[in-house]
Amino acid sequence: MSLSVQNLTVVYQTLHGDVRALEKASFSLKDGEIMGLAGESGCGKTTLGNSLILLAPPMRFVDGRVLLDNEELPIWDTDRMDPFRFKKISVIPQYAMNAMNPTRKIGQMTREILQARKIDPGHMMTEIKRRLDLVELPHKVLDMYPIELSGGMKQRMVMVLSTLLNPSLLIADEITSALDVSTQKAVAEMLVEFRRREFVKSMIVITHDMSILYQIADSIMIMYAGQLAEKASTEVIIHDPRHPYTKLLISSLPKVGVKVAEKRLTGIPGTPPMLLDPPIGCRFRDRCPVAFDKCTEVPPFIEVSEGHYVACWKES
Amino acid sequence: MLKLDGISKIYRVGTFGSKELRAVNNVSFDVHPGEVISLIGESGSGKSTIGKMILRLIAITSGKIFFGDQDITALKKSELKSYYRLVQGVFQDPFCSLNPIFKADRAFNIIHEEFYPDVKPKEWKGRVEKSLTDVGLNPPHVLGKFPHQLSGGQLQRFLIARALLLDIKFLVADEIISMLDASTRIDVLNLLADLKSRGLSILFITHDLSLGYYISERAVILYRGCVLEMGTTDKIFSNPLHPYTKMLMASVPRLDEKWGDVKVELRAKTQDYSTGCVFYDRCPVAEPACMSQPTLVEVESDHSVACIHFAGNFNSSG
Repeated sequence: MSLSVQNLTVVYQTLHGDVRALEKASFSLKDGEIMGLAGESGCGKTTLGNSLILLAPPMRFVDGRVLLDNEELPIWDTDRMDPFRFKKISVIPQYAMNAMNPTRKIGQMTREILQARKIDPGHMMTEIKRRLDLVELPHKVLDMYPIELSGGMKQRMVMVLSTLLNPSLLIADEITSALDVSTQKAVAEMLVEFRRREFVKSMIVITHDMSILYQIADSIMIMYAGQLAEKASTEVIIHDPRHPYTKLLISSLPKVGVKVAEKRLTGIPGTPPMLLDPPIGCRFRDRCPVAFDKCTEVPPFIEVSEGHYVACWKES
Repeated sequence: MLKLDGISKIYRVGTFGSKELRAVNNVSFDVHPGEVISLIGESGSGKSTIGKMILRLIAITSGKIFFGDQDITALKKSELKSYYRLVQGVFQDPFCSLNPIFKADRAFNIIHEEFYPDVKPKEWKGRVEKSLTDVGLNPPHVLGKFPHQLSGGQLQRFLIARALLLDIKFLVADEIISMLDASTRIDVLNLLADLKSRGLSILFITHDLSLGYYISERAVILYRGCVLEMGTTDKIFSNPLHPYTKMLMASVPRLDEKWGDVKVELRAKTQDYSTGCVFYDRCPVAEPACMSQPTLVEVESDHSVACIHFAGNFNSSG
């Protein structure tokens, strides 16, 4: 078991009160698993990713435990997390194209990052160059400023940087969203290649694009309004989902080969609830076509068949 | 109805404008009444530039755009207003389309003052409400609100309602879906389909092939400002001919099919593509003959491709 998260609850502190962005999330990741984390904007997927690596204000830790390779991560304590970051757990942030220091040459910045971790950059240079080859970047990028690189190149450079110390867990947040389809494919396939070469053991790939996850992820976890809705293998989520939200979400996605004249798809009526004062029970209740009385209680996220977890009273 | 005849947009870049950048290069296609045509391309392919030239938001370097039989590139500022009664645009980021300081309704009031000053306020209110209902919004829910109080999907429909207040015949929809969430984007797409069935022509600009396929009858594939392939959506999707279109089709992530073993060429072979095929430097089947510019050739009815491999052998590829 690479990662195990139990009852993780995180809120955002605002002037109007706590925004309950992540509520009692419990899940685990096998060694070598690439888990896709999907959901609409504001569902808490980035919050979950960030809370595992940098739980900084306005985020506030409420409850829960995180175990990485059977070692407890002190995610509530930013200082004590320091030895884990970059070495054990690493992140490719959202908008990675703007993640690099614009005033430093990329090579210089890389050296500074390594020195800050008390690692001799000289020893790493051959490895860095080997990995640049792998992501098809010329070695001369190290003597360039970030502004000289295209978006896709910057994205690949950040991928190399983030995984340089072979972390056990990599969190990749919306890394393909701002790229063109052809670059998107190359970057997504590089992630899989990184796992194959054991640069990273397991990954959480956060995106709103289900079709990318279908291509690269082993399993997919769906979130809705701060709660976990469903987790299962990729094939099961796409072809045989059980949570009503997942079903509606998957059926609303247009596929190549579907035309409006032949098959009119439908969206999900209504809007997600405000998380400042979320409804009690299942948060999808108001938009759910099969909701009933019991749904005023929070449904547990339980295993309905092997590796398939669903939080819905109708399914348990 | 709308006809683009060899339009180009050249930007002068570099020190003192010493270099030229062809954002759009000799693009021609037409849009028929009641038709949705998709303009598909990656970022930097010039698809938004074409949309903006149709809307006369940026100047056209060369070429002509005909709306009906009128050349709109020659319209003077005073004549533009009657053009805007018929042609309107909706853009990618709905929050940028409205001034955040004012309530969103101001967009409607401007239309009222500018285009229909004679309509009585009471009648106008009825029209606004009808237009909002048409796009699937509940008028009391959205009127009197500031832009930040509405969701992206609501605002996008709000802006379509604004365009519909004018009796438009043509809508430029520039990436209007990409900022929306999966559960609401399909509603906006369906709305476009409904408008189309009422006779509105739509130029649907997108980078997402599955959205383009869902909504449109015909598609135009753009790359670096040039049309590489165009025709009916069915033909382009079932039988892509241009190497670029093939690569595009193979890299689109699908929900029903895993990626095949198609290699994506990331590195450009040469920077010099000033002459010849724009796809030359990334093309897997490029040959020296590609250094001369290919022209768009019709290989079967309603399916044209600009690639020297299809020039001249009309029968072998259909």
